[in-house]
Amino acid sequence: MNDVLDVALRLLVVFAVFLVLPLVVGQTEHKVMAHMQGRLGPMYAGGFHGWAQLVADGVKFAQKEDVVPANADRRIFQLAPAVALLPYLLVLIAIPIGPSESAVGQVIDAGLFFVLAVMGVGVLGSLMAGWASANKFSLLGGLRTAAQLLAYELPMLLAAASVAMAAGTVSLPGILEAFEWWWLPWQVVGALVFFTAGLAELQRPPFDMPVADSEIIFGAYTEYTGLRFALFLLAEYAGIVVLCALTTVLFLGGWHGPFGADGLGWVWTLLKTAVLAFVVIWLRVSYPRLREDQLQKLAWTVLIPLALAQIALTGIVKVAIQ
Amino acid sequence: MPPIPGSGLAKGLAVTLRTMTKRSHTAQYPDAQPELPPRTRGVIGLFEENCTVCMLCARECPDWCIYIDSHKETIPAATPGGRERSRNVLDRFAIDFSLCMYCGICIEVCPFDALFWSPEFEYAETDIHDLTHERDKLREWMWTVPAPPALDPAAEEPKEIAAARKAVEKAEAAAAAAAAAAAAEQAQPTPAEPTPAEPTPGEPTPAEPTPGRATAGQSPQGQATPGRPTPGQAAPGTSGTPSSSESPGTPDTPAGGTA
Repeated sequence: MNDVLDVALRLLVVFAVFLVLPLVVGQTEHKVMAHMQGRLGPMYAGGFHGWAQLVADGVKFAQKEDVVPANADRRIFQLAPAVALLPYLLVLIAIPIGPSESAVGQVIDAGLFFVLAVMGVGVLGSLMAGWASANKFSLLGGLRTAAQLLAYELPMLLAAASVAMAAGTVSLPGILEAFEWWWLPWQVVGALVFFTAGLAELQRPPFDMPVADSEIIFGAYTEYTGLRFALFLLAEYAGIVVLCALTTVLFLGGWHGPFGADGLGWVWTLLKTAVLAFVVIWLRVSYPRLREDQLQKLAWTVLIPLALAQIALTGIVKVAIQ
Repeated sequence: MPPIPGSGLAKGLAVTLRTMTKRSHTAQYPDAQPELPPRTRGVIGLFEENCTVCMLCARECPDWCIYIDSHKETIPAATPGGRERSRNVLDRFAIDFSLCMYCGICIEVCPFDALFWSPEFEYAETDIHDLTHERDKLREWMWTVPAPPALDPAAEEPKEIAAARKAVEKAEAAAAAAAAAAAAEQAQPTPAEPTPAEPTPGEPTPAEPTPGRATAGQSPQGQATPGRPTPGQAAPGTSGTPSSSESPGTPDTPAGGTA
C-alpha cells in the first residue's frame, strides 16, 4: 500500500512539473523575446506584467473547434499530438534533480538509453501529423522533420556516449555521482554538440525548417486547431525543459555546485536548467533560420566530426588517468 | 586580419542581450498618454466667436469637408439718423473628419483666427457618419488648444505686441509731458486760467488707433457679436479660459496662435 502511495505521489509530482515548467519557459520566452526586441510583451493577462498570458492562451485553445480535415487519416491525425507530447513526460520521470533517492521519479539503470530512445519517439508525432493531415505543406514539414531527426540523432547519441564513457555508466544518477568539476572543460565540445543537436531535434529556431512558417505555413501542424495544436506547442516547450535538464545532468554536473551541496542540489539543477532555457530563447531571438541544406551540412560536416573527436578525447583521457 | 570564426554569431548574441537590458520602446498608450510634439495636428478646433462666416476656409478646403450655414441680421442704427448695419450670424459650422486630410489650409487661411490645431486625437467613432462634428464639439476642442510655443530667444517681437507697446509708450510719454507741464504751471504763481483737462498718467489712453486686430479689447468685428467675447481677448494660448474675455487682454499675450 505504501509503495502504491509512493509511486502515485512521484507520478503526481512529475506530472505537476511537466505541466508547470513548460508554461514557465513559455512565459519567459514571451518576455525575454519581447525585451530583446525592444518590446514589453504581454502586459494585461493576469494583471501583473501579463503573467497569466499562457493560461489565457490555453483557455482560448480549449474553446476552439477541433477540426479534422475531410481527407485526413482520422485516427493517426488525432493521435499525433499525444505521441508528440507523452515521451517528454516519460523522460521527465528518469531525470534526477537531486542526489537523494527521492529526487528522481524512477531510477533507471539504463537511464541514458531510456531517455534518448524515448525522446526520439517524440519526433514521430510530427511525422504522423505531417503524413496524416493529407496536406502538401504538412507532408513537406513532416519529411523535413524526418530528415532532421536522421541527421541530428547521431551527433546527439555520440555526445551522450562520450559522457557515458567518462562516467563508466549509463545510469543518470550514476553519471552524476561520478561527476568532477574538470569534466566541464573535458566534455565541453560534447556539451555543445549535444545541446545544438537537441535544439535541432526540438525544431527550435534557428533549426525550425520543418515548421518554417514563411514557407510551409506551419509544417506538420498546419491542419491542427484548438487543443491538439496547443498540445503540439506544449510538447515543444516540454522538450525545451527536458533538453535543458538532460544537458544539465549530462554535462553541467546536475546537482553539483560550488556550495550548498547538501539539501540544495535540486536548486542547482533547476538553476542550470533555467539558464540553458534562457539560452534556447536567446538563440531563437538572435539567429535567422538555417536553410534545409545548411541544416544537413551542419549536422554531417560539423557536429558529427566534433562528436567523434570528443569521443576520441574522452577515450584518451580515460585511459591516461587509469 | 580575417575575422575570428564565430565572431559574427557572438556579435548577434551580444546585440540581443544588450537590447534586453535597455528600456523597451513600447508606448503603453491607453494607460499612458503619448507625449505629443508641439504643433501636433490632432483635430481642428473652432473658436466660433471669431468666425465672421467669410467662407474662406470652406472654399479653400481641398476636400470640401467644411460645412457652413449662416444668415444675415440687421442691427438698428446706433444713433438716431444713423445707418442700419447688417452682420452675418453663424448657424452651422461642421467639419467632416472622415474627409479631412489634416492639411491645415483652413487654419492658415482664416483671417480672423477662428480655427486652431488641437492635439486632441481620441475622437474615433464606430460610425463614419459620426465623424462629422458640429460647432459645439468643435468649440469644445478649443479648450484643448495649447499655448503657442515660445519664441526663439533672439526673435523679433511680434508685430501685434510691438504696435500695442508703442501705443502705450506714446500715451505714457504724452501723459508725462502733460504732467510736467502742469507741474511747471503750478510752480508759477499766476492762477491766470485753469489748465485744460489732461489725461492722468495712470489712465490708459486709447488715443492712438493701433493697427491690426491684436490690440486687446478692439476687434475688427467687435460690432458683430456684442454679447460675446471678442476675438483678440480670449487668446487660446491662455488655456482658453473664457473668463479672460471679460477683462481686457494683456498686451503681452499675442492674439491667437499667429504671433
